[in-house]
Amino acid sequence: MATIQSSGTEEVHPDVLLVNQAREGDVQAFEKLVRQYDRQVFRIAQHITQNREDAEDVVQDAFLKAYEKLDQFQGNSKFYTWLVRITVNEALMRLRKRRTGRMVSIDEDVETDEGSMPRDLADWSPDPEALYGQSEMAEILRKTIQGLPPGFRVVFVLRDVEGLSTEETAESLGLSVPAVKSRLLRARLQLRERLSRYFRDRKKDGAK
Amino acid sequence: MTCSEFLAQLDDLIDDKVAAPLRSELEEHLRGCEHCVITLNTTRKTIEIYRTHELYELPNELRERLQSAILAKCRKC
Repeated sequence: MATIQSSGTEEVHPDVLLVNQAREGDVQAFEKLVRQYDRQVFRIAQHITQNREDAEDVVQDAFLKAYEKLDQFQGNSKFYTWLVRITVNEALMRLRKRRTGRMVSIDEDVETDEGSMPRDLADWSPDPEALYGQSEMAEILRKTIQGLPPGFRVVFVLRDVEGLSTEETAESLGLSVPAVKSRLLRARLQLRERLSRYFRDRKKDGAK
Repeated sequence: MTCSEFLAQLDDLIDDKVAAPLRSELEEHLRGCEHCVITLNTTRKTIEIYRTHELYELPNELRERLQSAILAKCRKC
């Protein structure tokens, strides 16, 4: 089949240029990639390990590993997706070290029916964010998401917080697309259910 | 359409990936089911709240320290 040849004007993702430069030993090019993605890598690591020191170590290890393995980066996925995959693996490894003797994987605890059907059907306050101060709100959100099984939590974080597509999330986690979809639905519904305790519309609850 | 059938399409609806014929069936269900309206709206809000709140901020000082450590190790590679 004939393909349309690029006339040299086809846009190359800026990351690919940086990766190519870094491969040739340009550490400053790699530094740009670090600056571009360190916040995201830290967030993902923190969500998985739930430990600040571990997350710091994961940031260092993930970028270092990416640098060492740059030759293996194929360019048929985005650099960011590839980096996320490395980050997830490093974070899970940290988690295993900390919880010795206990298997930790993203397949853990997925056999739960919780959240598959909504139970709390009270409507929320029209502006739930007005109910709590900034730091209190962040604490509620952290506590709530930490209560999810790791396999649901990581799918929600990659897909809904970090904005990866379903396919990219599947690729990053080594899961099938249907597995990502089913976990995402459960994760969203479980979070919704748990947040309802804080955000339900008290006026409509009457005397409760 | 039952609530379970509606729920099975919830993610696609939220992510705006439902084709027209199915979309009108879902909208039809919503017109008669307050519970599913609440589920849809509060699930959307859940995602929005998590998207707009930074739960694990990387402070500048730590960021600088991590960046220097990473690059120092890369230079030794």
